[in-house]
Amino acid sequence: MYDIKELFEAVSIRHAAELRVEHPEALILAGGSDILIQMREGKLAGKELISIYMLDELRGVALEEDGTIRIGSLTSFSHITQSPVIQQYINVLGEAVDMIGGPQIRNIGTIGGNTCNGVTSADSASTLFAWDAIIELTGSEGKRLVPIKEFYLKAGVVDIRPSELQTGILIRKESHEGYQGHYIKYAMRNAMDIATSGCSVNVKLSGDKRVIEDVRIAYGVQGPTPLRAVRAESIGRNQEISEALLRRISEAVLEDIRPRDSWRASKALRQHIAVEMAYRGLSEAIKLSCPEFAEQQKGGAI
Amino acid sequence: MAQYKLVKCTINGKETETMIDVRASLTDMLRNDYCLTSVKKGCEVGECGACNVIIDGECFNSCIYLAVWADGKNIRTLESLLGPNGELADIQQAFIDEAAVQCGFCTPGFIMTAVQILESGRRYTREELRKQLSGNLCRCTGYENILNAVEKTMLQRLGQQ
Repeated sequence: MYDIKELFEAVSIRHAAELRVEHPEALILAGGSDILIQMREGKLAGKELISIYMLDELRGVALEEDGTIRIGSLTSFSHITQSPVIQQYINVLGEAVDMIGGPQIRNIGTIGGNTCNGVTSADSASTLFAWDAIIELTGSEGKRLVPIKEFYLKAGVVDIRPSELQTGILIRKESHEGYQGHYIKYAMRNAMDIATSGCSVNVKLSGDKRVIEDVRIAYGVQGPTPLRAVRAESIGRNQEISEALLRRISEAVLEDIRPRDSWRASKALRQHIAVEMAYRGLSEAIKLSCPEFAEQQKGGAI
Repeated sequence: MAQYKLVKCTINGKETETMIDVRASLTDMLRNDYCLTSVKKGCEVGECGACNVIIDGECFNSCIYLAVWADGKNIRTLESLLGPNGELADIQQAFIDEAAVQCGFCTPGFIMTAVQILESGRRYTREELRKQLSGNLCRCTGYENILNAVEKTMLQRLGQQ
């Protein structure tokens, strides 16, 4: 038995919004792989819950007419990884969420829950930052769209208003078209572990594959919320690809990140791996766009 | 104030319904209301996989799954593998033959994960099997024999032994 004060089961999005207003103290329960565990630990014992888990309309990935990728907030991690739309357009997101927990956790955990938690270590979050995802919130006053970097207010706190719930995550065509990405999770174990740090990189190369037209580097656990390495990105934009450039971009992330010492890892270690993850992430993302790059890099031709 | 709800679902092929305390986990319901004691209470926080069951074809840790969410679902536990005259399934026999069972507490959870793997009809590499089985913890065997049992059954079913 869970120590639940009262459970309210939403039967529609509108109903969920009404329940939010009627029970302002209640927490929204999606897959429960964080809330139910914290309830068991005692941290959230005795709370009221609004379960939205049965709202199947919030599940699924779709490619909309204008090229926007729409991920329903209750879509499980395993369904994201298996989605043909994700595999075709932003495969890196499927790879990133495939590193969360273990198989059973990936069947129950939802991308909406992962982002609404507001934690910096969420494996989906850095990749969503890297793709300039937009969070869709639905409340009694209608829909609201918030860029993901504004959605995260501070550690553990996201921008959800009292009558709202997160209903979708959108990635616009201009954010994904022509980009290739790679995610690296640095953790102690290969499964059932939380990232010591994570880095998601994507690049868009010029037609002749010689110039980085755009680069986006996002981190988890390099600050209180996921963050983008904006200074490092600006160094790489519109520059010709070279080993020296990749090194220069990677070193520059130290000016963007704000890691801390914690029991999981020291600040020094996090800084060290941030640089290396950026370098490897960049190399891999470039290789995905331009397979010849792997040979050039190995042969020292660049 | 206790709050109850009628939960109708299919368990191991049988349509069932029961009034359930909304605070119950699916593990609570399967063990207490349906006496399905293959569903073990291990860590109760979704880490060990001892309570693993198959819901609509996918594996879930029933300890972190609310019983009320089971409404309308098709749930399978280890008990569903038993033949009409008490015969073991091929995967259960493989666990015995490969000495993949020691204390046995993790075994039902592992076998239900294996069932999902085997029913996919895919041929996994050993490395992929490790990943597929990574949501189940075993403190006795060191995993090698479990991997052997799953791999052997997979190859047998694919006719590639």
